[in-house]
Amino acid sequence: MSTALLKVNQLSRSFGNHLAVNALSFNLNKGEVLGFLGPNGAGKSTTMKMLSGNLAPSHGEIIINGYDLLTEAKQAKKHIGYLPEQPPLYKELTVKEFLVFCAQINQIPSKKSNSAVDTVIERCGLTDVTQRLIANLSKGYQQRVGIAQAIIHSPAVVILDEPTSGLDPIQIREIRHLIRDIASEHSVILSTHILPEVQMLCDQVQIINQGQLVLSDTIDGLCQQMQSSSLLVELLSPPALITLNNIVGVTNVKQLGQNLFQLHYSPDNNPTDAIVSLAVTQQWQLRQLSPEHHSLEDVFMKIIKNEQVA
Amino acid sequence: MLILAKNELYRLFLSPLAWIILALSQLILAYLFLTHIDYFNQIQAKIATIPGAPGITELIAMPLLNNAATLLLLISPLLTMRLIAEERRNESLPLLLSAPLSSSEVVLGKFLGTFSFLLLLLLLISLMPLSLSIGSQLDFGLLASGLVGLALLLSSFTAIGLFLSSLTKQPTIAAMTTFSTLFLLWIIDWAGNTQLTSDSSSLFSWLSLLRHYETLLQGDVHSSDLAYYVIISVTFLVLTIRRLDSERLN
Repeated sequence: MSTALLKVNQLSRSFGNHLAVNALSFNLNKGEVLGFLGPNGAGKSTTMKMLSGNLAPSHGEIIINGYDLLTEAKQAKKHIGYLPEQPPLYKELTVKEFLVFCAQINQIPSKKSNSAVDTVIERCGLTDVTQRLIANLSKGYQQRVGIAQAIIHSPAVVILDEPTSGLDPIQIREIRHLIRDIASEHSVILSTHILPEVQMLCDQVQIINQGQLVLSDTIDGLCQQMQSSSLLVELLSPPALITLNNIVGVTNVKQLGQNLFQLHYSPDNNPTDAIVSLAVTQQWQLRQLSPEHHSLEDVFMKIIKNEQVA
Repeated sequence: MLILAKNELYRLFLSPLAWIILALSQLILAYLFLTHIDYFNQIQAKIATIPGAPGITELIAMPLLNNAATLLLLISPLLTMRLIAEERRNESLPLLLSAPLSSSEVVLGKFLGTFSFLLLLLLLISLMPLSLSIGSQLDFGLLASGLVGLALLLSSFTAIGLFLSSLTKQPTIAAMTTFSTLFLLWIIDWAGNTQLTSDSSSLFSWLSLLRHYETLLQGDVHSSDLAYYVIISVTFLVLTIRRLDSERLN
């Protein structure tokens, strides 16, 4: 496949006897956002560090835009933008000075460097703070400067390690907006332990636990998993339980309250229509009918737990 | 590489440290300079009659350069300690490591940045003896040899400091170890002075940073002395590069 911007093959890394990342393989195509999920200590940051060239893998290879990160490091690194957990900033510089320096070390020709800096300042919403010292900026703005630094040279792959940690809800929304904006032009790898973030931002999800890939799926596939096979029904004048149980497709009924029922059904036989028409003809006084969703959290917990049992 | 050096120098001047070092070292050396002149004035009448007596350069400029070397031995650990240790502490090192730069470029950039600051300091110091040329005759050859010696000495100070800074996360530890190493290399030939004949002492005196500087201060430019400083600087720079590379592996 020539379209994959990033190819990771059997990537492993051990610290002494501790195997932090174990035989990780995946591809990232152009314009995709890949979410890396996992509990703390699962090996997310280690993977990110290896992808950005800050840490050499014990085994395996990383190919970025056709360049091997280990043997052609300089070429490969031109195509990576990396934001570690802690944004790497020289706090005694102003935002503008810092970004000019970043443009220079990323080998943007001096003619283009001014326009690159201006573009990135605008994209990351830093226009009002260009002349301020980075040390005096809020955490949210520092994070934006960190992101600006990662995308200044228009890399093919942008690697963001927990970009929204430690921010307030408004800043989180702004940063997410920014990430989605970046994703329109770059491929993004994002690590996080905040699940809704993945749902909002990513096309592909990988769940990693104890250094191993336990799930790799598109976000749609994951949503399918999250679709459960139960309905929540509220009826003001409900019939006997047995009547509900006899509706075609219903496998099990559980009474949750006086008027509230949980109906399980087989996935290929959804009884929603039948319930609606029965409720009308038999005057059950339908008040609520909603499919129950497993949250991503449930799926996540299920996968992690299964993994631990196995 | 030059961009890194420029950035390093620029950030140095943003901190008060650079200005304080420049100001205070000027102050101290100016005071010593004046005492050397004072001394020269006292003995001038006596030595004027002796043929081939030491001149103004030997009696004022060279002692001043000697004092400057001692002072810089104390100062340079403070400058080099932050180079890598502080970046590591602020977690800003990934910025350089994930940029398309090799470890040697990072190390050389940092080295050149700090070294050029010290050269600037050297330039300011050299203005003092040069000012004597207004009213007197200087031995420029001797002065040049002394200044070259001091410059080489500073390059080895910087290289040693940079290496020790790459070993740790704490700038103060880097400063302390650098100072101890420099001081040990400074006085190591004291052992050589007491037992001039044994083999180990000649090794010690060869290792001494001071011994090679002294010959240069006397105006004896030996390529072996110049080579010594170059070897020391290159060795420690290579060690630093190796150290940064191995960090990715471990």
